[in-house]
Amino acid sequence: MKIRSATLLLLGCLLAGCGSEVGGAVDDAAAGQQNLPPAPGDTLVEALLGNVSGLIPNITSDSASHEVGGLIYAGLVTRDRDLNIIGEMAESWQFSRDCLNLTFKLRPNVKWHDGHQFTAADVVFTYQTMIHPKTPTGYREDFRAVERIEAVDPHSVRITYKRVYAKALQSWGIWILPKHLLERYVLEGRLRDAPQNWHGPVGTGPYRFKEMRSGEKIVLVANPDFYEEGRPYISRIVYRVIPSQATIFLELKAKGVDSANLTALQYKRQTEYPAFQKAYWKFRYPSSGYTYLGFNLKDPRFADKRVRQAFTHAINKRELIDGVLLGLGREATGPYKPGTWVYNPNVKTYPYDMGQARRLLAEAGWKEKNADGLLVKDGQPFTFVLLTNQGNDERKKVAEIIQASLQELGVGVEIRVLEWASFIKEYVKKRRFDAIVLGWGIGLDPDQYEIWHSSKTGPDDLNHVSYANPEVDELLERGRSSCVDAERKKHYDRLQTILAEEQPIVFLYFRDNLPAVSRRVRGIIESPNGIRFNFTDWYVPQSLQRYTAG
Amino acid sequence: MLWYALRRLVLAVPLLIGITFVSFLVIHLAPGEPVEFQMGELSPESTAQAKQMLRELYGLDKPLPVQYWNWLIRIARLDFGRSFMPDGRPVLEKIGERLPVTLLLNVAEMAIILAIAVPIGVFSATRQYSLFDKVTTIFVFVGFATPDFWLALLLMILFGIQLGWLPISGLRDINWEYLPFWRQQWDFLSHLILPIVVATFGGLAGFSRYMRQSMLEVIRQEYIQSARAKGLAERVVIGKHALRNAMLPIVTILGLSLPGLIGGSVIVEWTFAIPGMGQLMVQSVFQRDYPVIMGNLVIVSTLTLVANLVADLGYGLIDPRIRLAGRRGR
Repeated sequence: MKIRSATLLLLGCLLAGCGSEVGGAVDDAAAGQQNLPPAPGDTLVEALLGNVSGLIPNITSDSASHEVGGLIYAGLVTRDRDLNIIGEMAESWQFSRDCLNLTFKLRPNVKWHDGHQFTAADVVFTYQTMIHPKTPTGYREDFRAVERIEAVDPHSVRITYKRVYAKALQSWGIWILPKHLLERYVLEGRLRDAPQNWHGPVGTGPYRFKEMRSGEKIVLVANPDFYEEGRPYISRIVYRVIPSQATIFLELKAKGVDSANLTALQYKRQTEYPAFQKAYWKFRYPSSGYTYLGFNLKDPRFADKRVRQAFTHAINKRELIDGVLLGLGREATGPYKPGTWVYNPNVKTYPYDMGQARRLLAEAGWKEKNADGLLVKDGQPFTFVLLTNQGNDERKKVAEIIQASLQELGVGVEIRVLEWASFIKEYVKKRRFDAIVLGWGIGLDPDQYEIWHSSKTGPDDLNHVSYANPEVDELLERGRSSCVDAERKKHYDRLQTILAEEQPIVFLYFRDNLPAVSRRVRGIIESPNGIRFNFTDWYVPQSLQRYTAG
Repeated sequence: MLWYALRRLVLAVPLLIGITFVSFLVIHLAPGEPVEFQMGELSPESTAQAKQMLRELYGLDKPLPVQYWNWLIRIARLDFGRSFMPDGRPVLEKIGERLPVTLLLNVAEMAIILAIAVPIGVFSATRQYSLFDKVTTIFVFVGFATPDFWLALLLMILFGIQLGWLPISGLRDINWEYLPFWRQQWDFLSHLILPIVVATFGGLAGFSRYMRQSMLEVIRQEYIQSARAKGLAERVVIGKHALRNAMLPIVTILGLSLPGLIGGSVIVEWTFAIPGMGQLMVQSVFQRDYPVIMGNLVIVSTLTLVANLVADLGYGLIDPRIRLAGRRGR
């Protein structure tokens, strides 16, 4: 009988799309109660897509390692909700008038998780680690600009730069490492072998490492000696390693994890039922990355800016966002995220206008159409190959919509979807493409030298589209050699104006980040810096706590 | 028999070297390298100099034949090297921590498959075209056609979300350490139920079909007919005389399944978040972690060769005629 009812349920579930699910008393209670006072305790269960590749984040680059490491270690500075730089282990800092000297005053009450006092020597040591030739790190560049670093006293550090370096302050968000534990390994060039890199990390952050089962879970517990107003509220974090996105989503529904990032489809269609809404908060804010249509500007057809502008007019960005992201994204007009201090809203925009697109193409010499309905110039029909990478349905759909839009103009587009590694290595880096659909993640600093400067068009460089503009070069150089934000903004405003006019790539959209977090968690604030910036302030009111362990 | 086994083992060495050579070449010629993965392919921070430093650290700056030779020398000393990931842990340590769960999962799966598939096959064959036979035939087709991941998701939705009876991923509850002993055992077992069901479902179909076919062939043999003519009970004819011979192909398949016990089932481990060998292999391939990929490959290749040998020897145990042929061959 039970088997029969289970079979019926399975069939029913298949037909109905599985709308209801098991509830939890705690989650139901959570929905009804507001303004409950903060209380320490409870466990937050998080999902990691991959296993951590090491627990010294300075020598890893994967997001899982950074997420875990980011709670164990701390930097001198961090970012607040509006992405402004604020002190973390640094109490204050001061630049010299010429921007060449930066002096940090450190918090006096910071202790390593093993009880040792944190001092300026650890900051100097971290710098030495980062520039040590045998440290396998991808973050060395920021520290090569340093000429000299000295511990003035146990709680002050003075750093002298060779030249003005705009990212100087931000670069000290790097995780500071314990000298007393790691010095030997760094000097011997064996930092990867240090026990702190696998089963015994010691940091100064809000959480301490408790245990790890490789590929299964990592457990952190609140640091009772955390310098910032004592220990964080959430007393334990369990990171579960779940490599499949589909499984993470099912675990979220089964309340096996407390938070997960949703896809647009999940956000809009698969979580819009009462049981889910009772159990989870859903958030939405722009991500730090945009999707673009890039051209090979060395191709004479794309070298003409009127052609690029015509394409921008022909692509209906709103329709693209609605179709691909179900409306959960924002149009991009340039490389900076709307709502950030460096974003310039007053740049030229290109409303969807096929007539204007045709006129621009005609001006560029693409007037006649052949028997296939394709525009022709000098006897050559306008067709090109649009490349993108496999495993990203979003980009594939974008390519298809672009193909349809340009087809209407009389431009033939052939889409080719390639495996990521060969796409990057064989096509993008070797510049063997007509056009690409790809994305850029934007860092927290507005410096875009590597992407737009004309000196960065070599095979291993990042100016893939081979854009070259002397004025842009100068703006980028000036922008990165100032430590005054107002001055930098002037340069970057102008940069955005030029890029909007020239359309070296078609800036398409910033997709939204769509995290869901259990409703029993309170104190979450949505901001331009996401939701995690105040993680130590998150709490679960006493009556809603689910776990007693830890 | 022993001589035969030894000769096969010795011949396996050049074969194994050949397999590793081709694998090494293919893996290294595939686009993308661990350095790119670690530094980020499109990261402004990943300067050419930084990448070169990592290449030197891993020995990737040397010509491919030199890299292969160095690797071979190390393997000959049973040194599988260290992972290229920032954790830099020994390959054997990484494999060692993943192996038990994969072994457990696959041995359990295999035992269940055998326990169910052999009787199903025998019944289907002895009652050919009966209702039971027809139902199992349909079951077999469904089993073959059902993708593992689809079935997995379906069962997760039903038993994990709708009914809330079983955990849907991982190996242990997050509070496992705090549970009493018996609850711990049940918790671990309950985490394995769905993965084992999914892994079993596909395999069951194949095995029962092989068993049926093999049994059908055997019961048409003359010696079975003479056994019946002698007046032996049907139970004895099938259970003693026919089954033994019908098991021969199953032994071959079982032998060939041996590497799979170690290699793990990628889809099941991936979907159910089980930290086994299948998952490790996929992650290592994505990350181009050459030492782990090669280490895994050497183990699985060796096992395949050994499994072939074991299957051949297994024939001998089941069918004395093969054993005698081996002796005569010597």
